[in-house]
Amino acid sequence: MTAVQPQMPTQDALEVGTTATTAVKGRSRIPWRFLAGRAAFYLFTLWAAITINFFLPRMMKGDAVSQYLSRNRNVSPEAADALRSLLGLDTDKALLHQYVDYWGLLLRGDLGVSLLHGLRPVTEVISQALPWTVGLVGFATLVSFAIGTIGGGIVGWRRGSRLDGLIPVTTFLATIPYFWLGLLAIAVFSVNLGWFPIGKAYGVGMRPEWTAEFIGQVIHHGTLPAVTIVIASLGGWMLGMRNMMLTVLDEDYVMVAQAKGLPNKRVLWRYAARNAVLPQIQSFALSIGFIVGGTIVMEMVFSYPGVGKLLLDATNAKDYALMQGVFLVITLSVLVANILADIAYAFLDPRTRQTEA
Amino acid sequence: MRDSLLTVRDFSVVYDVDPPVEAVKNVTLELHRGEILGLAGESGCGKTTLAYGVQRLLKAPAVITSGSVVFHDSSGEDIEVDRLDAEQMRQFRWDKISMVFQGAMNALNPVATIGSQLEDVFEVHRPTMSRAERREAVVELLEIVKVGRQRRRSFPHELSGGMRQRVMIAMALALRPQLMIMDEPTTALDVLVQREILQQISQLRHEFGFTVVFITHDLPLLLEISDRIAIMREGEIVELDTAERIWTSPRDDYTKTLLSSFPRLTGERGVVVR
Amino acid sequence: MTTDLRTERAADLPTVRPPRPRATFRARLGSSFAMFRNRKSITGLAILGFFVLVAILADVLAPYSPTKVDSAARLQPPSVEHWLGTTHLGEDVLSQVIYGTRGVIVVGFLAAIMATIIAVVVGVVAGYLRGWRSESLSALTNVFLVIPGLPLIIIVASMFDNPPLVVIAAVLGLTGWAWGARVLRAQTMSLRNRDFIQAARANGEPLHRIIGKEMLPNLMALIAASFVGTVTAAILGLTTLSYIGVIPVNTYNWGTILNWASAQGAFRQNQWWWFMPPGLCIAAIGVALSLINFGIDEYVNPRLRSAGERARAMRKRGLDVNDPVTAVRPATSAQERA
Repeated sequence: MTAVQPQMPTQDALEVGTTATTAVKGRSRIPWRFLAGRAAFYLFTLWAAITINFFLPRMMKGDAVSQYLSRNRNVSPEAADALRSLLGLDTDKALLHQYVDYWGLLLRGDLGVSLLHGLRPVTEVISQALPWTVGLVGFATLVSFAIGTIGGGIVGWRRGSRLDGLIPVTTFLATIPYFWLGLLAIAVFSVNLGWFPIGKAYGVGMRPEWTAEFIGQVIHHGTLPAVTIVIASLGGWMLGMRNMMLTVLDEDYVMVAQAKGLPNKRVLWRYAARNAVLPQIQSFALSIGFIVGGTIVMEMVFSYPGVGKLLLDATNAKDYALMQGVFLVITLSVLVANILADIAYAFLDPRTRQTEA
Repeated sequence: MRDSLLTVRDFSVVYDVDPPVEAVKNVTLELHRGEILGLAGESGCGKTTLAYGVQRLLKAPAVITSGSVVFHDSSGEDIEVDRLDAEQMRQFRWDKISMVFQGAMNALNPVATIGSQLEDVFEVHRPTMSRAERREAVVELLEIVKVGRQRRRSFPHELSGGMRQRVMIAMALALRPQLMIMDEPTTALDVLVQREILQQISQLRHEFGFTVVFITHDLPLLLEISDRIAIMREGEIVELDTAERIWTSPRDDYTKTLLSSFPRLTGERGVVVR
Repeated sequence: MTTDLRTERAADLPTVRPPRPRATFRARLGSSFAMFRNRKSITGLAILGFFVLVAILADVLAPYSPTKVDSAARLQPPSVEHWLGTTHLGEDVLSQVIYGTRGVIVVGFLAAIMATIIAVVVGVVAGYLRGWRSESLSALTNVFLVIPGLPLIIIVASMFDNPPLVVIAAVLGLTGWAWGARVLRAQTMSLRNRDFIQAARANGEPLHRIIGKEMLPNLMALIAASFVGTVTAAILGLTTLSYIGVIPVNTYNWGTILNWASAQGAFRQNQWWWFMPPGLCIAAIGVALSLINFGIDEYVNPRLRSAGERARAMRKRGLDVNDPVTAVRPATSAQERA
């Protein structure tokens, strides 16, 4: 559940490997069928996530939510009404009616107000936290994916060399619980060595602005979290890519490339790695949900002001509207990341452009 | 006497496993310039190992344990293939000897266009060619094998099996090599397509004058298209003679067995012009 | 179409059908454990077995009660009385770690059993069926994969005042089955088209027999792998949730120990005896589980193992498997070797 993803990307080849033998008529370059299939899937997932979100507070004991509302009397009547709909207190209406109301609020971008944050709209609170998470975790994840995939490619190519020893080491690092790794890193590098500040995104008393000093602070504060994320998630990417390389290196086209007298480097990157990376991208798309889980823990360990910390604080304070909003936003970001990964995949694998519904 | 293109002397390949397997044993062979040499034998007799071995294309655990391979270049230079280092070997490949592989299905990189896989060869072996020249050469090749220039931007999965095999032939032709080794180039294809491909190979050979080593277990096919045929068994060449004489008066018992295992039909010969 | 197939198959069944020896129960049992018969899996199973024993024998092994407060011995480094030192309340860390094993093992296995059952049912059914039913099960699986699990668990867990271990295991299981289902679906789809399944279908064998007798044995390795994978995920999930504090801290597991240690500033005051053991235990069990999975992976895909081993063996003989040029070696040296 931390930044570890299940290590079975090789199996995905089963689903990828459908190659049509017939020649294609026409020259359409845009994979409409593929796109439509994916779009339907994302819409369905979005609907599922929103519906889960609708039912979550309705499963809670009602008085907890009433208490929650009665704790704050200065909520305006309109805002209170919206909160009732969001949190399922409008039990006088039929469930379907509630559901429609709920959708209406969402479509207007109204996620209620956060009691924890002085009745500010939930959307506003989240939009302040989101850039920190996306920036740090997005960057660290891409770096980890790149290093792991390139490294795994090289390890797979030079099978049997001393580089094979990297695999158990990175796998071990991936089995350590992420929060513990983070805490150890703080204990060693912040407390004892004093190289990095303890937690937070920037120093106390700083105001977010585009100055060199502030950016320097952000980098200084972000290094430790970013490095720990990379270390914890590197192993999975590396192992997946290495295993895929071992499979691809036995393919005929690699042998043909060597018979053609192509230099090793070209065979490695343009033939072997180019094919081995495809399942990697699929498992990347699927593990984004896991990565987000890791984010929450990272933000707790490093007191990083992102959405994960927001969710934990909201959970502790029982700020239901904020909890719901954060879950929705997290799910949305995962979906967006998935769409991006899908687009990358469609670009890299010409076969998707005609097969796979 | 025709001059020779490739001299293989006392050539042995061993798979260095436990226990070591001698896949090719002391083969001596003289390949004449311009001929089609058929290499026949049952599965596992070492014919593919021999063909790959002379190009040093076999991966470990294969080791060449004895013999020499000399390529008599048209420039008059003699190239000792077994003495080349890795870089020289890389430059030698495809430029002098190219290959058409069996089962074109996986021989093409599934994620690269046909055009880029053909251009690859020029990029590496003819670095002085400009991008436009390369593109032109690719279009020409695709036209020669009758795949059509518009297929340059197609991906392998968009082509039929026969088309893919033609692309492989175009690729083998790219640098106008003096020798083309064809490893079961028609095995996976249906009979009609097989015929078309064979006719094309024969026509191209007339046009470009390369020498062919044709590997197959299909002896009747070889009898039809080859000048000479080598019969291999358990890593050794048991008989090497003209197609005519293999057909009419085989000397080795194994050759006789092979011949008798095919039904003798007096079909129309000469579909493919030798 | 079906009748055609049946008559055609029936005619050549004896040859087409791969020989399926009527294995004895013992042989069958042996073959279904074949995936664990390699050094990696055995090492992993041994470590895992050790922790299971510790969990069972916690009452006997632990020198103290995990909650026994001793105000005279607070924050003591390891000593003869307290092998792993004490906490801020003078509790014995070793005893806490030993008792903590229980929660981890129980939740890990419960969650994995639930998740694996769902994964097998959904995966095999989705793989066996065709058309919209298969597609919609697959879409359901993907939805569960894409929806971020941990935030959902945090929210659900926060609704309970004091969630029992079973509930935690259930939530972890319900959110963790999708990977296994996806892999199993893909494998079932490819199995469905194999000769022996086609033959069984043409023979008119009932569906439950085809799935139970013909398919499941061939899916065992993948099912085992997905089980092991879910145990790992559940253990990491449980300890993470406990550390975050979503799960009440009075049910002891390694995560709650770390929650206490962190809250009491053990990480900032270098009280390593407090925070190192639970973390190392989680890592050790993680290593054990991934060793088992490596073993299964190599059993399923022998290339993974043989590639490395072959390359090393070749290197010893002075050959490089990546060398694109066949090595030339005079016969004399080969004969010396032989």
